[in-house]
Amino acid sequence: MYLLLFSVILVLLLAFALNRNIKNLRLESQKQEQGGKRLRFSSLPIHYIYCFILWSVIFSATILCSSFEAPIKYLLSTTFLIGNFFLIRLFYKKKFSAKNHIEGSLKLILSLTAGIGILITIIITASILFEALKFFEFVKLSDFLFGTTWNPQMAITEEQSVGSSAFGVVPVFLGTILITLIAMLIAVPLGIMGAIHLCLYAKPKVRDYIKPILEILAGVPTVVYGYFAVITVAPLFKNIFALINIDVASESALAAGFVMGIMIIPFVLSLTDDALNSVPQALKDGALALGSTKSEMIKKVVLPAAMPSVVGAVILAVSRAIGETMIVVMAAGLVAKLSFNPLESVTTATAQIVTLLVGDQEFNSPKTLAAFALALTLFIFTFIFNIVALVVIKKYKQKYG
Amino acid sequence: MAKNIINLVEKSLKKRHRKEARFRIFGVLSVALALTFLILLFGMIISKGYGAFLRTEIALEIDLSEASLLENSEISFKKIDKNNLPELLDQISYRGLIKQALREKFSDAKTLAEINSLYQTTSKIAALELKNSIANHPELIGTKNIFWISASSRFDIYFKHNQVTSLNEKQLNWANQLIENKELRTVANWKFFEFADSREPEIAGIGAGFVGSFLVMFIFLSCAFPVGVMCAFYLEEFAPKNRLTDIIEISINNLAAIPSIIYGLLGLTVYLQFFCMPRSSALVGGMTLFMLVLPVIIIATRNTIRAIPSSIRDAAMALGASKMQVVLHHLLPLSVPGIMTGTILAVSRALGETAPLLMIGMVAFIADIPQKFTDSTTVLPVQIYLWSDSPEVGFSEKTAAAILVLLAVLILFNLVAVILRKKFEKKW
Repeated sequence: MYLLLFSVILVLLLAFALNRNIKNLRLESQKQEQGGKRLRFSSLPIHYIYCFILWSVIFSATILCSSFEAPIKYLLSTTFLIGNFFLIRLFYKKKFSAKNHIEGSLKLILSLTAGIGILITIIITASILFEALKFFEFVKLSDFLFGTTWNPQMAITEEQSVGSSAFGVVPVFLGTILITLIAMLIAVPLGIMGAIHLCLYAKPKVRDYIKPILEILAGVPTVVYGYFAVITVAPLFKNIFALINIDVASESALAAGFVMGIMIIPFVLSLTDDALNSVPQALKDGALALGSTKSEMIKKVVLPAAMPSVVGAVILAVSRAIGETMIVVMAAGLVAKLSFNPLESVTTATAQIVTLLVGDQEFNSPKTLAAFALALTLFIFTFIFNIVALVVIKKYKQKYG
Repeated sequence: MAKNIINLVEKSLKKRHRKEARFRIFGVLSVALALTFLILLFGMIISKGYGAFLRTEIALEIDLSEASLLENSEISFKKIDKNNLPELLDQISYRGLIKQALREKFSDAKTLAEINSLYQTTSKIAALELKNSIANHPELIGTKNIFWISASSRFDIYFKHNQVTSLNEKQLNWANQLIENKELRTVANWKFFEFADSREPEIAGIGAGFVGSFLVMFIFLSCAFPVGVMCAFYLEEFAPKNRLTDIIEISINNLAAIPSIIYGLLGLTVYLQFFCMPRSSALVGGMTLFMLVLPVIIIATRNTIRAIPSSIRDAAMALGASKMQVVLHHLLPLSVPGIMTGTILAVSRALGETAPLLMIGMVAFIADIPQKFTDSTTVLPVQIYLWSDSPEVGFSEKTAAAILVLLAVLILFNLVAVILRKKFEKKW
């Protein structure tokens, strides 16, 4: 810590000295060559300072991270920094272009940061794949994909666990699909109709007020929606269905899907709104001029024109619903059932991942590794959905104007 | 012929107008429904949560006379004088004093069970409060005074919401008696913001979650902001148009859309298993959210840079600026408002994120406010999740109140972003 402070102060002092030094050198050379032809410099003094600071930082960082003893570290950093000082001065005298040098290094750093995006993707895929492959050593891939019972149990011994627990992913994904479907049934019509209303019917003033308010709905954390589902929506459905003598599980798929739908409305709405806005005014005016009513204009001209983007938005919404975690963890059940009844309690892939991994993990038991297999499936699905959405939007989007 | 068509059109016109009206109503209805959900959500949370910002106190007459003090202290003193006062204050059993006062006040508690339920009317930290108020006013010693003592969570809820939850009959009687005599009052509950999580709902607070959220935010912002902005500038201004750039772009767009729980798994395997970082620390949480925030910042920054017209680049280049100078002197300052807005929105998204943090073990019970980045930490959304799971009635109120605080922070962030955008955004 003190070493860091020491280096920073030393670098600043030396940089200041270098600045003075170079400026003096410049003044001197100007005096000497006065009357002659104009002097040309490749870089400003400040570029040399930047160079100095850049290399000093690199030196100091390596020294700080090295495993020398403290006094040697101090000695090394002092000698290196002072050496650096004279090196830069030498460069200045040799008319070395510091500007190009510093810009080149900066560009290198920028390109390195761009690599981080790829790096993260690779790490994600690799780490999940690695653990998932370990899981498939315990359980056959076909058993995983087509098995119809999901019952990962805590095992006392390894053999016992493989014997008594089952890792068939079908009921889990059935639950995921059911909840996603319910969410889409809420979000897609409401989102698209809302966007149509706000974009084409509502007065600009109303729109200016309502849009930010709906954006609040998009900014609410999912854990809040989960709480909302548990405390308000689930009992509400239970009471409503009790009126007609139907028993609803308190952790029904309906409640979770309904709340997830509410969460996704603003997402669909804003994407659809963008799509509708990009339809050129000339098309709308043309339809109206031919005598269609406004709703006919929307149904027959605007919506078909905006359809690719709308479809893309819906696909993105589906991928979001599949990956949504907190609502289902809190409001949906944990027991996997092979059922497509919205009034029963079902479970989803994300909820299973959370239940399998929260708490103590043993990284060689199939129970923990099953979560990674689920995550891999989830990752692949959402990846495909995202790519399809992007392709649909890009490919079928007509360019107007 | 023409007349025929006109007739036909007129006939169908009514139907078409009806369709139009129906369509319109659907539109209004869907917007209204979305707004209703919003109001329902906020109404539920506010009506449930406001109570946690208040707490109930009971007026108790506590006998601080010499005799009773000596009786309730652990080491026996002969008498009280100035010299042994601090020592005595440490040795007094404040709990005992409160118990004694309660027994005197409600003399109808006779059996052991009744007396036990009588003791449950005051909070566990009542003793600490009493100690502090006596230490602040040592002149009260030797007199009999009325002190306002924190009530227990059950009493608190009964008084605030008139909800009979887990009070037994005797306790209900006492509560009513206290209300009649106006010996209960509510005061602002600042403890809610100061204290960390606790097993007792009346002293559980969001202090640890708040500090934890801040620490986590510090980590992911100080990593993601520079990296994201630099990456965006590289991709927009310097990157050659080739395969590699395309792959980078696809992977970043995809990262922005994959489920957040996947990042949690990454944090679990890479940070916890591979690098052996401390479990559930702010460091790991921040590094996990860093990956979540990074693509969002990159995309927002790129959109801002793209909106800057190329005439600015051309003009600067024409005057002899190098590519880097164009970026540093012109594009960067011009895109600052856009970058700020995008970053604030990304931060507010990451602050509400729960699932990836559950994966890296942030579900532990944190009773102390974290001091370092490597301490075990909790964040606000995780605290909300933990409390919402708790069966105790007092925590339901706390959950809603914590949600209110979280929402207030997030809405504030969004508001700042909107204002920034309105004020500084340039239409080119």
